[in-house]
Amino acid sequence: MPVIRVEDIRKSYGDVRAVDGVSFEVAEGEFFGILGPNGAGKTTTLEIVEGLREPDSGEVSILGRRPWPRNQELLTRIGVQLQASSFFERLTAREQLRTFASLYGVPASRADEMLETVGLTESAATRTEKLSGGQAQRLSIACSLVHSPDVLFLDEPTGALDPQARRNLWDLLRSNAAQGRTVVLTTHHMEEAEALCQRVAIMDHGRILQTGPPAALVRELDQSVRISIESGTLSAEQARALADGAAVADDGVSLSFTTTAPAALLAALSDRNALAGLQVRGATLEDVFLHLTGREYRS
Amino acid sequence: MNPAPALRSLSVAMFRGFVRDRAALFFSLLFPVLFLVLFGALYNNSGTPQITVIEIGRVGVIDHAMAASHGRLGQVLTITHEASLAGALSNVRQGNADAAIRQQGDRLVVSYSVSDPTTAAVVRQIFASIVDQANVAATGHPPTYQLTDSQVESASLKPIQYITPGLLGWAIASGGAFAAATTLVGWRQNKLLRRLRLAPVRTSSIVTARIAVSVVIGIAQMFVFIGIASLPYFGLRLTAYWWMAIPVVVVGTLAFMSIGLLVGAVAKTQQAATGLANLIILPMAFLGGAFIPLAFAPQWLREVSYVMPLRYLVVGMQDVMARGDGPASVLPAIGILLAITCVLTAIAVRLFRWEEV
Ligand SMILES: Nc1ncnc2c1ncn2[C@@H]1O[C@H](COP(=O)(O)OP(=O)(O)OP(=O)(O)O)[C@@H](O)[C@H]1O
Ligand SMILES: [Mg+2]
Repeated sequence: MPVIRVEDIRKSYGDVRAVDGVSFEVAEGEFFGILGPNGAGKTTTLEIVEGLREPDSGEVSILGRRPWPRNQELLTRIGVQLQASSFFERLTAREQLRTFASLYGVPASRADEMLETVGLTESAATRTEKLSGGQAQRLSIACSLVHSPDVLFLDEPTGALDPQARRNLWDLLRSNAAQGRTVVLTTHHMEEAEALCQRVAIMDHGRILQTGPPAALVRELDQSVRISIESGTLSAEQARALADGAAVADDGVSLSFTTTAPAALLAALSDRNALAGLQVRGATLEDVFLHLTGREYRS
Repeated sequence: MNPAPALRSLSVAMFRGFVRDRAALFFSLLFPVLFLVLFGALYNNSGTPQITVIEIGRVGVIDHAMAASHGRLGQVLTITHEASLAGALSNVRQGNADAAIRQQGDRLVVSYSVSDPTTAAVVRQIFASIVDQANVAATGHPPTYQLTDSQVESASLKPIQYITPGLLGWAIASGGAFAAATTLVGWRQNKLLRRLRLAPVRTSSIVTARIAVSVVIGIAQMFVFIGIASLPYFGLRLTAYWWMAIPVVVVGTLAFMSIGLLVGAVAKTQQAATGLANLIILPMAFLGGAFIPLAFAPQWLREVSYVMPLRYLVVGMQDVMARGDGPASVLPAIGILLAITCVLTAIAVRLFRWEEV
């Protein structure tokens, strides 16, 4: 019995099909990721699932209930962190969290514990406007967790953070996910999806291209290898001729091939003396994306 | 879930947000008080014009009248003395005195400048009546008719009696409108409205909290205004049913918050909301009797004021705070303000958006 069931939801804004027939299920206690580049439709999908937007068509159920129209009882059991952090103006971190806690009927002591959990006790008296990006995100996550929800939705929780702050947040999310909660997270960081999610849905242009555990998706690529050389070494036609069916992409810095027959390709490149800047590595989720869409992943 | 704790904590959060916003505090609390102090000082003692008259030599009629009036004449007349006619006239010409008076046998000669026609008229009136009284007294009979004057209002309507409710009305109007408009737009801009929508809190709790905070601020403003205006220097005298101004303040706050809601529903940014609210409130302060007391306003302005919601707030408060009217006199104003609230809120709800498009 899945905790979240999404069936063929669609949402258009004028001519833009933001979500174009998305279906997925999330099991209890699962950490599920929606991965896709900017504008893929991740936020729109998440907001429909949370009950913030009404889909044009399709069905959503969370914990057996429909999130739209607004369902007060369901809202006590889900926690959300929106893509843009949203706080009361001019309150300190502690006041902020206590205010949110009281909206859920949670005592202030629990709010203070939560502040400790996310490592913000020292910034408790700081106004939210003055928190660093990472601290604000932590507080935002604390606000979404303060009432111990069964299901947690996080929209790009590490959006604008530096690598160090991102890793700190990952630790926080991992320890929280370990508490048996069902989590749905969106991200455009491949690395993040690989590090956190048990299962990811790769999304582009409003559709889910593939779903599965990150490792399995990579494996399904049939041990493909990614070979890149300096951009400009070969012309586009030459590259395509050499590729022999492998995916080719040129991002202006390097020309990359994703292939299951690396030996032949390497030999051919070497024949043409086109090995400048050569790099060879195993496939990642980026290659899965490249394979699925035929274009380079740009987050 | 029990809505009371949510209501309380939302109110506290909004109240904190308000008192920590220096600019909002200044413009909604301090600024109107500054106006009150300024206007109050400006109009202080301007109730009756003081007239300075130079007495040349001795003028018995005047001295007698001054003595007989038990000081009442002294409230309007200041008498100085001068020996020479030429010096006195030159003083009048230069505006140092309003008139010069001398006695030539049975004739009283008043010399005044016509550069200020109002003062000139008052001067003539005063001396005409002094001479009349002296004539009656000279006949040895008691006067046949006597004029006893009493003011319609129970208290003397010094300007402060008008200024206080007027500026208070303006303060409450702008406070309410700005609070509603900027909260709505700000919370929409920073996505808090959407976040609250995903919390198990009723929309009515959010609205009630916002109203409660504004009403408390409005009533606080009222007491600050009354406190300052009642200082001996300004001399406000509250009349018997002044406390009936409290319900007027409450419904006035509601009415102007509904204007703010409407502004907040159409404005996209907080700056736009502030600008638009100003554009509505400021002209209304002039046309609705807040800055210019309607009693002294030209006829057209008095007629225009009837379509200004602010008029009912200001006049309602004036009636019970300063004019000594009974408690029921504010009921029409309260009714009209409530009606305005209902209509504008209904429109604002139709225009309401949870988020920016
Ligand atoms: N309220 C809206 N009105 C009009 N178009 C919208 C609206 N919200 C989203 N869109 C469009 O729908 C598409 C999907 O947007 P969405 O925000 O869901 O993408 P996303 O995957 O979350 O992107 P990002 O990684 O930048 O957050 C985009 O083309 C966007 O321009
Ligand atoms: Mg997004």
